[in-house]
Amino acid sequence: MISYGQHQFPGKLFVVEGTDGSGKSTQLGLLHQWLKSEGYPVFFSEWNSSPLVKDTTKRAKKRHLFTPATFSMLHATDFADRTERDIIPPLKAGAIVLADRYIYTAFARDVARGCDRAWVRDIYSFAVKPTVAFFFRAPLDVAIDRIVSGRPHLKYYEAGLDVGWSDEPEESFTIFQGKILAEYDRMVSEFGLTVIDASRSIERQQREMRLLISQHLNKKKRRGKAH
Amino acid sequence: MIEGTDGVGRSTHIALLRTWLESRGHAVLDTGMTRSVLAGRGLKEAKQGHTLGRLTMQLFYATDFIDRLENEMFPALRAGFVVLTDRYIYSAIARAEVRGIDSAWIRSIYSMAFVPDAIFYLRISSPQHLVERVVSSGRGFDYWESGMDLHLGEDFHDSFVAYQARMLKVFDRMTSEYGFHVLNASRSVRSVAADLRRAVAKVIDEPRPSAEEKVSLLPALKEKPAPAKTAVNVVDLNKEALS
Repeated sequence: MISYGQHQFPGKLFVVEGTDGSGKSTQLGLLHQWLKSEGYPVFFSEWNSSPLVKDTTKRAKKRHLFTPATFSMLHATDFADRTERDIIPPLKAGAIVLADRYIYTAFARDVARGCDRAWVRDIYSFAVKPTVAFFFRAPLDVAIDRIVSGRPHLKYYEAGLDVGWSDEPEESFTIFQGKILAEYDRMVSEFGLTVIDASRSIERQQREMRLLISQHLNKKKRRGKAH
Repeated sequence: MIEGTDGVGRSTHIALLRTWLESRGHAVLDTGMTRSVLAGRGLKEAKQGHTLGRLTMQLFYATDFIDRLENEMFPALRAGFVVLTDRYIYSAIARAEVRGIDSAWIRSIYSMAFVPDAIFYLRISSPQHLVERVVSSGRGFDYWESGMDLHLGEDFHDSFVAYQARMLKVFDRMTSEYGFHVLNASRSVRSVAADLRRAVAKVIDEPRPSAEEKVSLLPALKEKPAPAKTAVNVVDLNKEALS
C-alpha cells in the first residue's frame, strides 16, 4: 500500500475544499471548462459518488442509521472506491484529475462530529496527495446565508442534527459549520492548503486559480485545442 | 468469539452454543460479518459484482463491523448479554494482510474494538480438509472464499487451496499474538462442541476481577459516557503491533 505523499504519477490532481456555500464547485466547473478547451485530458470526480456505496449511504441517511464513526467509515469506503477506480488510473495515464471535495472534507466534518483526529487521518493514509489543494475560505455568515437561503430545508446530517448540539436545524448547522471552518483553518499549514479568498468576485478567484495551476501543467500533454 | 477459516464449522458451533447458553438461562446475541443493519446489504451486493477494490473492501467490512460494535455488541454487553460473534477483527485483519494491505493501517482502523473474553480458533490443519468440507456441503466454491481476486491459481480449487493456506499461516501467527484458544476442528462436531461448552462455561462462571472490567472508549465517541459494566478489556492494537 502506497501512503499519502509517496505516489509518483505523471498526471496531476487538483482538488477544491471549503465549507458549504463557499463557491468551490462553481470555480472547479469553470476550471474544468478551461482545461478542456485548452486540450488537456481531464477527469472529474466528486465526493460521495461511488456507485458501490451509494445505496447504503442513501438508506442510512434516510433512516438515520449513522453514528459519527460509521458515517466516517462509510465515506472512507466511498473514497477508497473512487481512489482505486477514478483517481489513480487517470493519474497513471497522465490525465488531470479534478476532485470536488477530498480527504480534508472528511477530516473537517468527522472531527467536527467528534471523531478522533489521528484516527480519521490514519484511515485516509492511502489517499494520493493532491498537486494543489485549494481551500475556498468564506466568512461563516456568508456561507451559511448562501445555503440557508438557497434551500427549502436543511438535511439531517448536513445540519449536524445527529450530534445533538441543537434541535433547531439552522442553529445546529451554524454550530457545525463553525467547527468545520476551525478544522479547515488548522489544516492550512498541516497539509499546505492553498487559501483562496472566496469573498472576492468569481472572475478574480478563477484568474488566481488558473495562474496557480498553469505552473503545474505540461503544455506537451495537450491533445490540440478544441474549437 | 469464534474464529476460523471458511468452511470450518463456525456457524454450526455458534448455533449449538447459543441453544446451550439459552438453556442455561443466559441471554445471547449472536452476530457475524456482513450482518450489520447499516452496511450488510450493500456489502453483499458489492461482493456480487466482483469489482470491489482491495482497500474499498477492507473499509466496507470495517464499516459493517463498527456498526455492529456500536449498535449491537456494546448495547448487548451493557445489558448483560453473552455476545457470540462469528469472526471478529482477526479475520478481517488476516484477510487484509493476505491481500498485501499495510498491517499497521488495518490495525489502526480496528483499534476501537475491545478484547473479547475468549477467542476460540477452530483450527483445521490443511486446506485440503477444507476442500472436502466445501465440496460435501453442496455450496460449492465461493469467489471471495477462494481468494479469486488474488489470482493465485488456475481455477477455484487451486486458488482456494493457495488462499486458505495463506490464511492458516496468518491465523497461526495470530494465535500467540492475541492468545487464541485453539480447538482442533478436524474432529467430530460433537467433540468440538463439548470442548467449546467446557471452555465457555469456564469464562462465564469465573468472572474476571473488576479491575479488568473496562471498555475501550471509541476514539470516535470520546464525549459519550462509558458503559456501566461489561466484561471486556481495553486494547490498542496499534500499540501491540508496535511493541
